[in-house]
Amino acid sequence: MTDFRTPMGRVRGLGAAKEGVEHWWAQRLTAIALIPLTLWFVVGVVTHVGAPHAAALAWLGQPWNAGLMILFIVAAFHHGQLGMQAVIEDYVHKEWLKLTLIVGIRYAAIVLGLAAILAQLWIVFGRAAPVAGG
Amino acid sequence: MVEFSLPRNSKVGKGKVWKAPQGATNIRRFHIYRYDPDQDANPRLDTYELDMDTCGPMVLDAVIKIKNEMDATLTFRRSCREGVCGSCAFNIDGTNTLACTTHLSDIKGDVKIYPLPHMPVIKDLVPDLNQMYAQLASVEPWLKTHTPAPERERLQSEEERAKLDGMWECVLCFSCSTSCPSYWWNGDRYLGPAVLLQAYRWIADSRDEFTGERLDQLEDPFRLYRCHTIMNCTKTCPKHLNPAKAIAEIKKLMVMRR
Repeated sequence: MTDFRTPMGRVRGLGAAKEGVEHWWAQRLTAIALIPLTLWFVVGVVTHVGAPHAAALAWLGQPWNAGLMILFIVAAFHHGQLGMQAVIEDYVHKEWLKLTLIVGIRYAAIVLGLAAILAQLWIVFGRAAPVAGG
Repeated sequence: MVEFSLPRNSKVGKGKVWKAPQGATNIRRFHIYRYDPDQDANPRLDTYELDMDTCGPMVLDAVIKIKNEMDATLTFRRSCREGVCGSCAFNIDGTNTLACTTHLSDIKGDVKIYPLPHMPVIKDLVPDLNQMYAQLASVEPWLKTHTPAPERERLQSEEERAKLDGMWECVLCFSCSTSCPSYWWNGDRYLGPAVLLQAYRWIADSRDEFTGERLDQLEDPFRLYRCHTIMNCTKTCPKHLNPAKAIAEIKKLMVMRR
């Protein structure tokens, strides 16, 4: 289809989306949070290299570590998802593919993040099987 | 869209070699991008051998000398020849800059001149800038007020005026926007550093009363937030301005007004 719109018509397009600040600000905030959280996570993992499974579980089961781990999971998955969205918007120009990728990555981040948080809760509260009838 | 392989008609072939006049001893070679829309042919790179003993010191001097003395068909924009009009922006020796303020002595070896990158080429070194002119007009780069015009001039303190330094000097050569990868990939929606610098010039003006509306028009994932602080704009600016900082200031105001 030949585009007979004026340059001004094309530039004004659908107008400003009136969003983007939230995305930009959340990217900055999660990035700042991830500096100490990543340091804590790396130190924690490195000090448990070669440790038995039970020792690692005990470390993650301590309240402080459990809390920091959940914060790390939330910040990392949220930050990663925001960053991937920016990359896709930069480089993918087929509208259907762009939308599919952004939505797919967002869902994947939620599912994987939830799985990680559940695993962490599992470690803290034990693997108690639900008992029928309470 | 990111283009990993170039379309067939953008492959640049070898062009003609224009020999220096007989008796010339101080010869320098200029490789210049040529494209003629009237001929059904790919662009080519012509080589001109210039007698530097009779050539001025700037890149623009050499380009004008070629047009005057060797090849009148070479097409380019130029006007003031002193870095004020912004017409003669080319990609010179791999960097977007003004031909009139670039010393030939600052370039090593052969001189390579291409049009500003990633724009449609009208002819030779003349890119189609219509999209960027429309983008500039879309930010309404003029003073807007609700208060009726006063009897005399609108007052501004020295400090308020100083905030415009580093922005009013822009000559709109678009060297920055055409050096920006984000503008290459998303120039249809991203406004680019040159236009965002101009947008901020009016946002920062203490006399303007439409700051909020101006920010509204920029609050968009593409118009503003395609800037990823790559900094090519600031690095390439022939007037040594800092469009990246202006964009950062706009982003800060977006957060401040939440």
